[in-house]
Amino acid sequence: MNTTPARSIQTVILALIVVGLIALALGGYLAPISRFFINPVVSAQTWLAVRFQALQNIINSPQDLVRLRQRNSDLEAEVSRLQAEVIALKQQLSETQVLSALVDFARVQPENRYLAATVIGRDPSPFVQYVIINRGSDDGLRRGMPVVTQQGLVGRVAAVTSGAARVQLITDPASSINVRLEPSRAQAVVLGDLTGELSLDMIPQSAEVKVGDLILTSGLGGNYPSDILIGQVTGVRQIETDLFQHASVQPVVDFSKLEIVLIITNFRPVEISPLVPTSITP
Amino acid sequence: MAVWISIPILSSLVVLQSVVVSRTKLLHGTADLVMLAIIAWALQKRVKSAWHWAVVGGLLVGLVSTLPTIVPVISSILIVAVALLLKQRVWQVEILAMFVTTFIGTLMVHAISIISLTISGIPLPFLEVVSSITIPSLLLNLLIAAPAFFLLGDLAKWLYPEQLEV
Repeated sequence: MNTTPARSIQTVILALIVVGLIALALGGYLAPISRFFINPVVSAQTWLAVRFQALQNIINSPQDLVRLRQRNSDLEAEVSRLQAEVIALKQQLSETQVLSALVDFARVQPENRYLAATVIGRDPSPFVQYVIINRGSDDGLRRGMPVVTQQGLVGRVAAVTSGAARVQLITDPASSINVRLEPSRAQAVVLGDLTGELSLDMIPQSAEVKVGDLILTSGLGGNYPSDILIGQVTGVRQIETDLFQHASVQPVVDFSKLEIVLIITNFRPVEISPLVPTSITP
Repeated sequence: MAVWISIPILSSLVVLQSVVVSRTKLLHGTADLVMLAIIAWALQKRVKSAWHWAVVGGLLVGLVSTLPTIVPVISSILIVAVALLLKQRVWQVEILAMFVTTFIGTLMVHAISIISLTISGIPLPFLEVVSSITIPSLLLNLLIAAPAFFLLGDLAKWLYPEQLEV
């Protein structure tokens, strides 16, 4: 009979204690006590967590190492691939720039038909100045066709096979081209040299030649079309007792860096040898 | 086998000469890979196909070069003659024979080329040729002579293995 009121009293007391504790906690009065109990727990938890993490790392590290190495090698391969791609793109850009310049050149000379070719080799002999290009008779090339770049005259086709051709550069020692000087319009001959340089010969003594004068093909002789730029006069040598003046020439084309050239395919050299008078035997 | 293998080897050297070496100049001179290969081959012990190599090398160079085909062929044959002479009668140290033959060979090739071009009506100033082409070419050839000799030596050992006496 007495148990029910006693329990009720206990419940009320407990409820009061709980409410009191809550009230104390809300008021911040239990903080020092909770710190006293919680701090060791937190420290123990931290200590254990660090050790467990370390242990987990030790257990898992070989797998990570393998994965990292794999990833590293993958990335290195990717870097190599991208570097190769960059080099290829730079090469393409360079070729595109050259081709673009050649197209521009072809546009301003609409009367000519051009065929582009790549320089694939040079004559093995150091005594001659010839290059080999990757176009031949299958592409419509014929002996004697002039070869140019966007800068100016390169030479002419000297020999043709089905898939390749040999081009005699204007710097070859056997090359001679009839030219016109601008602005004096004097006629002269540009000669190649063993060292790959150009010289100007047969300039009339009466002609006024100055450093910086432009040299263009005259078209005389029928071997080259007229008005193709060759170079500039860099020095004049005039001796009164000589029949002609001489001059040194700076070519506009850099023959050491020839990569792509244009062949003028609609030009046919004129064969004038039958017109050259020969002695008639009685 | 040694004769047939000359075709791919010398063809590769001609291509390398035309594409790379001809652009790598010292003044206006260039190295002559085909000539060096022919000399190095001729000076190897037990090699009996030196004359074949000379003809094949000369013909291949003649195909690519503007010079008349006969010029490189004659040059190669004469070079092999000099190399065999030095190998058999004068020198016992092969590498020394390599250098001497390279020296003589370069001068011979250039002399024959100059004579050929002069006959063709192309005037060549002799002193300019010597100073700007022959001497630089000579230096480059002497520089490559030793590596060429040892490389061809390895090839010769592979093709002509030393027979052990039992």
